[in-house]
Amino acid sequence: MSLGLTRREFLQGAGAAGALTLAPGVFLYAKDPEAPVTDAVRWGLLVDTRLCQEDCNACVDACNEEHNLQDLGRPETDAQWIRKLTVRDPLGGRTISLPMMCQHCENPPCVDVCPTGASFRREDGIVLVDKHTCIGCRYCMMACPYKARSFIHENLTEQLPDAPRGKGCVESCTLCVHKVDAGENTTACAEACHKDGHQAILFGDLNDPDSEISKRIREFGATQIRADLGLNTGVRYQNL
Amino acid sequence: MSIASTRYATLDAGRNYWGLLAVLAGVVLAGFAGFLHLEHEGHWITGMNNQVVWGIPHVFAVFLIVAASGALNVASIASVFGQVAYKPLARLSGLLAAALLSGGLAILVLDLGRPDRLIVAMTYYNFKSIFAWNIFLYTGLLAVIAVYLFVLFQPALARWTRAAGIMALLWRLILTTGTGAIFGFLVARQGYDAAIMAPLFIIMSFSFGTAVFLLVLAAACRGSGRVLGDALLFRLKNLLAVFVSAVLYFVLAYHLTNLYATEHHGFEAFILNFESLYSKLFWLGQVGLGSLLPLALFYSPKTRNCRVSTLVGASLVIIGGLIQMYVIIIGGQAYPLVLFPGMEESSSFYDGVVASYVPSFWEFLLGITGVGIGLILTVAGLGALDILPEDLSDPKPAS
Ligand code: SF4
Ligand code: SF4
Repeated sequence: MSLGLTRREFLQGAGAAGALTLAPGVFLYAKDPEAPVTDAVRWGLLVDTRLCQEDCNACVDACNEEHNLQDLGRPETDAQWIRKLTVRDPLGGRTISLPMMCQHCENPPCVDVCPTGASFRREDGIVLVDKHTCIGCRYCMMACPYKARSFIHENLTEQLPDAPRGKGCVESCTLCVHKVDAGENTTACAEACHKDGHQAILFGDLNDPDSEISKRIREFGATQIRADLGLNTGVRYQNL
Repeated sequence: MSIASTRYATLDAGRNYWGLLAVLAGVVLAGFAGFLHLEHEGHWITGMNNQVVWGIPHVFAVFLIVAASGALNVASIASVFGQVAYKPLARLSGLLAAALLSGGLAILVLDLGRPDRLIVAMTYYNFKSIFAWNIFLYTGLLAVIAVYLFVLFQPALARWTRAAGIMALLWRLILTTGTGAIFGFLVARQGYDAAIMAPLFIIMSFSFGTAVFLLVLAAACRGSGRVLGDALLFRLKNLLAVFVSAVLYFVLAYHLTNLYATEHHGFEAFILNFESLYSKLFWLGQVGLGSLLPLALFYSPKTRNCRVSTLVGASLVIIGGLIQMYVIIIGGQAYPLVLFPGMEESSSFYDGVVASYVPSFWEFLLGITGVGIGLILTVAGLGALDILPEDLSDPKPAS
C-alpha cells in the first residue's frame, strides 16, 4: 500500500482527516483487521444495462446516503460518486441507461499522475484517495477517462466515520471499501438495486472463478467502457 | 561590446523605484488576502467546478512557467551560442527567468485544494507522475539559474560561463517538455492526447519568454534613464518574429494532424468552427491578435523600424499567449469526454455537453498575484544586484 501504511492505519488516519476524531478501533471488522489486503481477490462490479431502468435512481440515492454526499444546490461543484448515464445511438435511437462510477482500473491513470501518491490502488483492485496526502491538485481529475472524480469545493459537516471527506481533497467511489473490509460482500449501490428488484448491479470477486460475477461474465461476456485505453477496468457492463 | 568592457549597475533607488515596488507589493498583498479567503471558503467561490478543474489560475501559472523558460533564451544565445550582442543581457535573462518561474509556481501552490500540505508535496513523490517530475524540474531550474548567475558575476569563473549556460539550456528544454507533457499525457482527453504538445510548448516558451524579456528590458531602461539602442531592440524583435511564426506553424501542424484522424473531428470542429467561445478566442485572440497582428507590425516596412510598434507587438504576443493557454487549458476541458464514441450521452454530471466555466474575480486575483510576484522579484533584483548594463546604446560606428 502507498506510503507503507497498513490498511488499518490508513482507515484510522483517513477517519481523522474528515474532521472526525476517531478513536482507534472504531471500525468493526468481521474478519481479522490486520489481515493484509492481497491480490488473491479482485473486487469488481457487473452491470447489466438491460435490467437497468432509465427512470430509476436507487443506486445513486443509496450511494449518497451511504457516504452522506449532500446536495448543496450547486450541481456543477456538488460531488457525484455515481451517476446515471443515458446513452443513445443516433442510428435507430436505441437508448440504454447505466450507472457510471469509478471503474477501479487495474492500470489507473489517476494513480499514475498523482504527484504525491495519494491516489492508490489496493492489492484487491479498489482504487482510493488517501485523504492525508491528497494536496488537491486535481491532476487525477484531468487524467480519469470516466469523469469519476469530484473535488470538494466547500467546507463539509456531518461526515460519516466510514466516509472521511473534506474540503480541498478529491474523492470518488470507494467500492464501499468499509463494507468490503467488514466482510459484507456488497456495495450500497448493488444492494439498493437488488432491493428495488432490478438486480442490474452485481458485486463480487473477479478472481474467483466460482463467484457469481465470474460465472455470469464467463457465460454472457462483458465489456469495458473505453476498452481501447487498456485500463482493465474492475467494473464491467453487459448489453451495451 | 565585449563582456569585459560591460559595466553593470543597480537601478537607482529613487522615488519612482520605491513607488513601483510599493504598488507591486500592494498587488501581492491583495492577492494573498484573496488566497486566504479562497482557502477559507473553498473553491466553490471560483468558476472552477468538477468539469473544468483547472481554470484561470492555471492559465496564468502555465504561461508564467513557460515564459520563464523562454526568458532564458537571451542567456542561452549569449553563453551557449556565443552571440556577443546578447552577452550584456545574460544577467537580466537569468533573473527574469527565475522571477517568472517563482510567480508561476506560487500560483500553482496557492490554488491547491490543500496548500497547507505543501510539505507533503515535497516529501512524498510518485515517480511515475509527470507532475512530480515537474516539481523537481522547476525547483532544479531555480538552482541552475542561481549557479549560472553566480558564474556570470564572478569574472574569475568566466571560463565556466558556457558550461553553466549549456546546463541551463538543457534543463529548461526538459522543463518545458515536461510542462507540455502534463497535457500531452492525458490520453483520454480529445484535445490533449498529442505528442506534439511538448515541442509546441517549447516553441511557445521561446515566443512568450522573448516578448516578456523585450518589454521588461525596455521598461527597465526607460525607468532608469538608460538608452536602449535601436540595434539591440530590433534584434530582439526579429528574434521574436521568428518565434511567433514558428508557434503558428506548430499550431497549424497540430490541428492538421488532428484533422487527419476522424476520431478528433469533433474536438477540431469545436476549436475551429468559429461557433464556440473557444473557437472565437482561437481565431480572433490567439491567431489574429496574438500572432498575425504582431507579425504584421514586426515585418511591415512601415512599422518594422518603429520602437512603439515593436513594444505593442510584444505586448500583443503576451496577450495572445494568455489566450492560447486559455484555449488549450480551458477549451480542452470544456469539450466533453467521450465515453461511448459515436453515441449521444447525457447525465446529471454534464456528460455529453460542453462544460460551462465562468472565471471569478478570485481566480484572476490569484493569476495577477503570480504576475506581481514575478515582477516584484525582478524589480527587487534589479535594484539590489548589478544586473543591468549601464550602457545599452548602439555601438558607435568606427570613423
Ligand atoms: S475510473 Fe478514474 S478514478 Fe477510477 S481508477 Fe480509473 S482513472 Fe482512477
Ligand atoms: S488531487 Fe489529490 S489524489 Fe488527485 S492527483 Fe492531486 S494529490 Fe493526487
